[in-house]
Amino acid sequence: MLNMNAFLVGLLFGLGLIISGMTDPSKVIGFLDLAGAWDPSLAFVMGGAILIGAGAFTIAKKRRHSFLGAPMRLSSATKLDKSLLIGSLVFGIGWGLSGFCPGPAVVSAAAGQPKAWIFVAAMLAGMALYGMIERRGKRYV
Amino acid sequence: MNLSDFTHSAYIASLSGGLLIGIAAAMFVLLNGRIAGISGILAGLLQAGKGDKLWRVMFVLGMVIAPFVYRLAFDLPAATIEAGTIQLIIAGLLVGLGTSYASGCTSGHGVCGISRGSIRSIAATLTFMTGGFITVYLTRHLLGL
Repeated sequence: MLNMNAFLVGLLFGLGLIISGMTDPSKVIGFLDLAGAWDPSLAFVMGGAILIGAGAFTIAKKRRHSFLGAPMRLSSATKLDKSLLIGSLVFGIGWGLSGFCPGPAVVSAAAGQPKAWIFVAAMLAGMALYGMIERRGKRYV
Repeated sequence: MNLSDFTHSAYIASLSGGLLIGIAAAMFVLLNGRIAGISGILAGLLQAGKGDKLWRVMFVLGMVIAPFVYRLAFDLPAATIEAGTIQLIIAGLLVGLGTSYASGCTSGHGVCGISRGSIRSIAATLTFMTGGFITVYLTRHLLGL
């Protein structure tokens, strides 16, 4: 059940990325190009997602288990450390250089874009490199 | 920006896609108790111990078939990748390393983290957006890449 839901969520998430315009790197760069012909439409992607997400997370935060009985895994970290800030900056530079963040890159690669394959391969290599540098378990978000 | 710009289809498309992403993230946290953070899910496939991989594989599989499902009804929207091979390799490495150190990306921090009011996610999102703005400014307007 949990695995089937993970599949369904991945599918809906991917469809959302395609519909929203996030899978077009030139559009993403247009959104990041404040000094050019700025295209603010992609702000509505995060806005729309948070609109729904905020309600769901308000419910989730009050629960110790999900509605399917899985443990609620939400981070309680609040510290703004160097790893978070420098990591985010480095991610933002890569995002600006390519127009790809991880989700849209995976969907574009699946859609058969050879350039997205190159990006995804390099991204996975970067993640593996991190695993080699920091040989310890780490929670995400 | 006037009203006709605002009701332009690109805005409707972005909002609709965003709502769908929000529904997906809501389903994942309410049913699986997990954050729909793509970088974390991918990195976990490379590193996590036994027993933690199947749901990740299923999630990624769902994402991978999304363009095929979309194509059953519509043509995929146009996508232009301006960056060349070297630039994509550098960008990919930076995104992989950066999201690992930051423990999340646009989905984990930008959508889920902000939705639950996490101060770390708000800081991360402001930082990677700033990084993107500066990089595009430098490459497009100063270096002309």
